Amino acid sequence: MTTKTPTTDGTATAKADTAPATPLVPLPHAAARAITVAGSALALVGTFLAWTWTDEFPGNLTVTGYPGGLQVLTLVGAALTLLFALSGYGIRGLGWLTPGGTNSPVVLSALGVLGTTGYTMGAISQELGGLVNLEPGAWVSGIGSLVAVVGALGLPVDQPYDKDAGRPGPWGRFRHSLTAPEPGRAEELPSWAEILIIAAGFGAGLYVFAYGIGTEYSELFVGFLITAGFGFTAVTRAGLLKRLSALTAKHRNVTLAAAFVAAICFPFTQSNDQFALIGANILIFATVALGLNVVVGLAGLLDLGYVAFLGVGAYAAALVSGSPQSSIGVHFPFWAAVLTGALASLVFGVVIGAPTLRLRGDYLAIVTLGFGEIFRITMNNLNGNSGPDVTNGSNGIPNIPDLEIFGFNLGLPHNVLGHELTRSGNYYLLMLLFTAIVVLVFRRSAESRIGRAWVAIREDETAATAMGINGFRLKLLAFALGACLAGLAGTVQAHVSYSVTPEQYQFAGSVPPNSAFLLAAVILGGMGTISGPLIGAALLYLIPAKLQFMAEYQLLLFGAALMLLMRFRPEGLVADRRKQLEFHDTGQLDVPDDKPLPDGATGVAKAGA
Amino acid sequence: MTTTTAPTTTTVLDASDVTMRFGGLTAVRSVDLVVNSGEIVGLIGPNGAGKTTFFNCLTGLYVPTEGKVAYKGTVLPPKPHLVTQAGIARTFQNIRLFANMTVLENVLVGRHTRTKEGLWSALLRLPGFKRAEQESRERAMELLEFTGLAAKADHLARNLPYGEQRKLEIARALASEPGLLLLDEPTAGMNPQETRAAEELIFAIRDKGIAVLVIEHDIRFIMNLCDRVAVLVQGEKIVEGPAEVVQADERVIAAYLGTPFEGAPGQEEAAEVEAAEAHSTTEGDDK
Repeated sequence: MTTKTPTTDGTATAKADTAPATPLVPLPHAAARAITVAGSALALVGTFLAWTWTDEFPGNLTVTGYPGGLQVLTLVGAALTLLFALSGYGIRGLGWLTPGGTNSPVVLSALGVLGTTGYTMGAISQELGGLVNLEPGAWVSGIGSLVAVVGALGLPVDQPYDKDAGRPGPWGRFRHSLTAPEPGRAEELPSWAEILIIAAGFGAGLYVFAYGIGTEYSELFVGFLITAGFGFTAVTRAGLLKRLSALTAKHRNVTLAAAFVAAICFPFTQSNDQFALIGANILIFATVALGLNVVVGLAGLLDLGYVAFLGVGAYAAALVSGSPQSSIGVHFPFWAAVLTGALASLVFGVVIGAPTLRLRGDYLAIVTLGFGEIFRITMNNLNGNSGPDVTNGSNGIPNIPDLEIFGFNLGLPHNVLGHELTRSGNYYLLMLLFTAIVVLVFRRSAESRIGRAWVAIREDETAATAMGINGFRLKLLAFALGACLAGLAGTVQAHVSYSVTPEQYQFAGSVPPNSAFLLAAVILGGMGTISGPLIGAALLYLIPAKLQFMAEYQLLLFGAALMLLMRFRPEGLVADRRKQLEFHDTGQLDVPDDKPLPDGATGVAKAGA
Repeated sequence: MTTTTAPTTTTVLDASDVTMRFGGLTAVRSVDLVVNSGEIVGLIGPNGAGKTTFFNCLTGLYVPTEGKVAYKGTVLPPKPHLVTQAGIARTFQNIRLFANMTVLENVLVGRHTRTKEGLWSALLRLPGFKRAEQESRERAMELLEFTGLAAKADHLARNLPYGEQRKLEIARALASEPGLLLLDEPTAGMNPQETRAAEELIFAIRDKGIAVLVIEHDIRFIMNLCDRVAVLVQGEKIVEGPAEVVQADERVIAAYLGTPFEGAPGQEEAAEVEAAEAHSTTEGDDK
């Protein structure tokens, strides 16, 4: 158990003085902090100068006095570093920034600035041919960020070394300087203030996400990933995320509402239809991943053919959509199409699940993988040659007409509150409704007798049956529910993408909703959580969509990323409390802190003040 | 430990002629066992005697090759979850908790058969849902208090110390409101204090009106606890009766310690065995 030092506004440095751990760079504390502040200020100033002489490099970094493109990222990172560093001085009003670690956020954000700036300088000199293309502004920022990192590494370390581990080497000390203790308990705030903080948190999240989707060239996206990655870790180390999640755990419904309001706002931040389409596709992918999370995360059934259920839903919706190429000449209204798709998937799920769910573990995975492929091949063969003509074989069902709900044609742009909502924006909002339904279904089923029985089956099926749980029936229920949710998403997907073809529903492919990527989204994001698969799906969709230049190496990089993740964070990005405890031995840290202390423990808790 | 069996005792468990064969191996050979209400019955035998196999036959994990098992007069279906639903709960020899669920959740899972709220009720949060959840929680907390685990309700099961994991397994089994509790070596690996606490717990369970059938190796524990003891050797029940009678039975001693064989080449070894036998009986007597 880590020692929780109660952090109060002025004591950050005092706490650091008592830490026996030595920083990586031997510097007096005051000098180190001054150097960090000076360095990040220098990096910040540099962004207002020109970084290169020509606007051939995307983003136009030639303007003095007005940062653009990658300069903005450096600016934001440097400002963050500056704030964290100043907070370490114990300046009043900044203490709330660092309830957890004081100095590790500085190190992390300084590294982020160095990464972004360094990447930009590298990209400029590579694309334009040589270091000569760098204007002084780039050097100012670059040197500033380097100085900031050196200074930050001289700052005292936030928590003492493990007593048993002995004195680590330089690499160990570097890694240690990035760790931080957990923040103490926050002071009680009035609930309106807490809700405001949640809203602000989601607003910031939306802004970052929208910025990431709206990046227009891959250099900016790489810079965004570096800044966002380091910035996010820095904020986590500072303890802000812990504070926020404590608040969200307290106001769960408010949080859910805030998340959806933020998500609704997204299409209004995008004027480009292409980016809104990315948003809609992310939602489809994320919704299906969340459906898979019922099967994999809760019931523990490894399903490698899950994308077939999405396909069944999409094909069913396409057949009744009134497309001229559909072999059934009917045009169902949307609600009926949705029911058809969900029902078809449900039936398909039961039909596949009933025989296969008698298998356990690896065998189940292999058989579901087989059924997933069988679906695709069957759709290919129902072309009139190899079988009856139902699906037009590999041509699929094209020309699926746009939806019209209550006279609102989703295919046309609409003007909402003075902002144009494009076709993709419309579908995004429709899909969001389905995501909301799936989130609700997931949450409610997980927190019930059925959900507990699923987890029990996952943990130990023999013991679960000995406790009176009908294992087969409940596994089939999970399988069918998962299939049904995927079918829901499929009905929208068919309309968003205009056409359905068998090749969209492979086991592994380069375009995200396929079985391998779905499973990866669930595992990467965090099994058994709601936000995990959503975040995992967003990352897995966004990164390949934005970095077109590495399309050839996509699967290679994807595999490498998964391996690294399994090595360093096996519980996924968003850790279920259970998983967190399963993979990291934290002793008795699981003692829940939901029982409020009567005496309002010491804490910073100036947030929102 | 003698209990005056009231004239109103009813038969809770009636296993007759249970035989279990795995291929050519007969693990359990036509065993009859009756457990009456308010009784604690012990099942002992050397390792590999077929005790756990017999247990698995009772709880539906195995389908007995021959014979039938009846609970309160009705023949049990050979499905574990239906057996539990009928009213027989069990614990496992090697603890099988849901390690990554909390203590409370473990007990709530035990309530599964006694609650009905299905998926629709959970999704739509029908009126009965909240009430049923609340009732389950209250009942589970009562059981945790009964077993002395209430303070640890929100710990993960895997983080409990060994003795408490055993207790939790019992609490989880009790949550299914059984009429008969089967305990498979409940004191394995426990120290004397923990064993004594387990004894108290089992008496308390008996006093709640739940019959108990317990497999155990710890003879002292069995002798203190059980009204009746059955001895299983090589799949066959060789003797059944009150603890003192069973303990004195020569066949039981032979089964546990082996018999000295006459005229065998090693005379000294036979003498050694005899000495050991004598020693064990004297030790047993002063219990």
